Amino acid sequence: MALRFEVLGRFNRARAARLTLPHFTCQTPLFMPVGTQGTIKGLTTDQLEEIGCQIILGNTYHLELRPGSRLIDDLGGLHKFMNWKRALLTDSGGFQMVSLLHLADITEEGVTFQSPVDGKPMLLTPEESIHIQNNIGADIIMALDDVVKTTITGPRIEEAMYRTLRWIDRCIAAHKKPDVQNLFGIVQGGLDPVLRDICVKGLVERNLPGYAIGGLAGGEDKDSFWRVVAQCTAGLPEDKPRYVMGVGYPLDIVVCSALGADMYDCVYPTRTARFGTALVPEGVLKLKQNAMATDERPIDPTCPCMVCKKYTRAYLHCLVTKDAMGSQLLSYHNLSYMMRLSRDLHMSILEGRFPEFVRGFLRIQFPKGDVPKWVRNAMVVAGIDISECCAKCPRDAMDAPGTDIPELCPPTNNKEHIPCKR
Amino acid sequence: MRFAVTKVCGGGAKARAGVLQIGGSNIETPALLLSTRKGLPAFISRDLLASLPLPDSLLLHVCPTHFMDGPPSKTISNIGGLHHMLGLPDHILIAAAGDSIESLPTSEASNKFGASFETPAGRRLVKPSDYMELISCMKPNLWASLADEVPAWVTEKRNRVSVERTLRWLDACIALDADFGANTLGVVVGGSSIEQRKLCATEVAKRNVSGFWIGGLGLGDSPEERCSILDAAVGCLPPEKPRLVSRLGLPEEVLEGVAAGIDLFDSTYIYQLTMGGFALIFPIDMVGKKMDNGALNNSVGDFTKINLRATAYRKDTSRIVDSCSCFTCQNHTRAYLNHLLNVHEMLAQILLEIHNTHHYLCFFRLIRDSIKSGEFDGFRQQFVQDRRAHLAAAVM
Repeated sequence: MALRFEVLGRFNRARAARLTLPHFTCQTPLFMPVGTQGTIKGLTTDQLEEIGCQIILGNTYHLELRPGSRLIDDLGGLHKFMNWKRALLTDSGGFQMVSLLHLADITEEGVTFQSPVDGKPMLLTPEESIHIQNNIGADIIMALDDVVKTTITGPRIEEAMYRTLRWIDRCIAAHKKPDVQNLFGIVQGGLDPVLRDICVKGLVERNLPGYAIGGLAGGEDKDSFWRVVAQCTAGLPEDKPRYVMGVGYPLDIVVCSALGADMYDCVYPTRTARFGTALVPEGVLKLKQNAMATDERPIDPTCPCMVCKKYTRAYLHCLVTKDAMGSQLLSYHNLSYMMRLSRDLHMSILEGRFPEFVRGFLRIQFPKGDVPKWVRNAMVVAGIDISECCAKCPRDAMDAPGTDIPELCPPTNNKEHIPCKR
Repeated sequence: MRFAVTKVCGGGAKARAGVLQIGGSNIETPALLLSTRKGLPAFISRDLLASLPLPDSLLLHVCPTHFMDGPPSKTISNIGGLHHMLGLPDHILIAAAGDSIESLPTSEASNKFGASFETPAGRRLVKPSDYMELISCMKPNLWASLADEVPAWVTEKRNRVSVERTLRWLDACIALDADFGANTLGVVVGGSSIEQRKLCATEVAKRNVSGFWIGGLGLGDSPEERCSILDAAVGCLPPEKPRLVSRLGLPEEVLEGVAAGIDLFDSTYIYQLTMGGFALIFPIDMVGKKMDNGALNNSVGDFTKINLRATAYRKDTSRIVDSCSCFTCQNHTRAYLNHLLNVHEMLAQILLEIHNTHHYLCFFRLIRDSIKSGEFDGFRQQFVQDRRAHLAAAVM
């Protein structure tokens, strides 16, 4: 174990913690920008530090392809190669296999795929994935898991879950640097609570430094999504970090944090920036819209980042999607927003005002009170009263059809549930 | 704006060092104008721009024509002008209609009403009134009048017409100018005709302008002609006002321009290097000293620049230039840049533009130093000789 995780503050399931990694001491909840090929698109490491990034992701698949993990190791590891002094996390390469390559085939041995370089059949095994990640040298490395789309049903999900457990043992055995790199296991099991439970228990038995909740953020409905997160966070150990992979939208991050998750990653903020969309407290601002051409306001008047302090929507409108500078400035702002969100989550939990923060967040995003049902459901389980943000009675939400998981619901004082009259 | 020549030098005493007092800064000349796209460098955002040498990096060349599809004039005015819109209140913005990348003069489409430019938004005809509307809402520190720049191969008649139009448009621009030409640079055209150049220069000099912009070069004129064209034009200009020139970008071209008496250079050399994946490495500590950084081992450069896409740099953990104090060299290696270029990451261009700008600004410092110490001719000769010697060695 090469990390320390200390919970500094709580509100029900939500936690504010200090995560001490070999290269950096982080505050959770936190969002991790994705630097696929050893760089966050359009930003320097100085700028990332200035914005407040604590951990960034590297993609094992891409880095092994170019420049190669062996070269990175020869040159002293990815930290040195890209000159990033804070923490790094690498994924296993499994997801790219499945999402990028048409002919990926998963067997017990590993993931076979067609090499994009020369078309030869290649194999990524748990051992190989860990070996590559050992070379890259990130503070946190991910086990190779058998990933299935959440939209799939049937025996494949069960197969994938059990295989993930078998593969974690192979990953642990292959891991050469447990004293400086933390191997996180990934909970799979689709949307099936029984399978998820088996997987959680199996991984917890292995006593890993941290755990990720995988197999989500792939198109499943939000109602299923939050229930899986809630179930997993309830079953994972209190004193270890929980990482929800592929999340995402600010709203999702707030909800998952309320349910007890600590770490998140997604390409969304930087990718949407390149399409001209800025993240704002109200949701999103599409700078390409014609109305923006004469709008002299900053993207977000409450945002202290350089872009909001110096530039107007009108000027950014003429840059975005046309000039590299537009991508850079918008990525800078969007990541600033995500870092501010991370800080706000951490500080509000720490300072005992988390429910107020959540209510404030929802009020700005849903000024008409149309908070989605799944959010309302999740907040009930998180024990946060958001009734004043909602136009209708939140208790009605629990009558919605869906899997009933009684152990998730907090005990209530009301003996009787009286549905609101509409 | 105030300009003063502080030292003349060289054969014919034409090369000069000077000081431009403008926008609250003192800029020493000869100096380089950094090229921009919609007012900002192509890749260097304002926080990274601040790490470049000062006050050298304050000078920016902006093209009003980049904004023809951009924010409407009223919006630009409301924001407070270009300086505020770009977030660069302390920078010196010098406006001219054409550049070599996004606002190319297309003389065949120009007519008596206006000059035509090829822009990413298509071909645009810019009349003096359109141009001055942009200038007045943008409020650059200095601006060049609208000119009819023509390439070297046009007919004599077309060339003469370009001179007439340019003068007419100069007068039109000044007439529309709230400051009556106080911040205006009169453009001198005339193609490759010595006679027309002299005529144009003489006429422009009669107007109430604060400096001169030698236009129309780098549009097909041969290097041999250029020297005499420059001399002809500059010879008819008063020495106490600054002279700018476009499209003289290569080190040798810059030296030639300085020798002819040019004070400010606008070129897209840095941009083109950057887009090609090149990094400048020619020595800027002292000409004549041995190349550092094992450059003699470079088989993938010409001792002025290296092509970081080359596989030779895959594992090269040295800096682009060991002694360079730019952000890129202080933080990153050739190997990392090689990787970024190979995976088509934007960061490559950001880092390269920073280094190349830094390096080239240092080159201009060297030029200024050599003029101030009275050794410009020797400096120029040595530089060109060294460059040729390396080329000859590379060939063998």
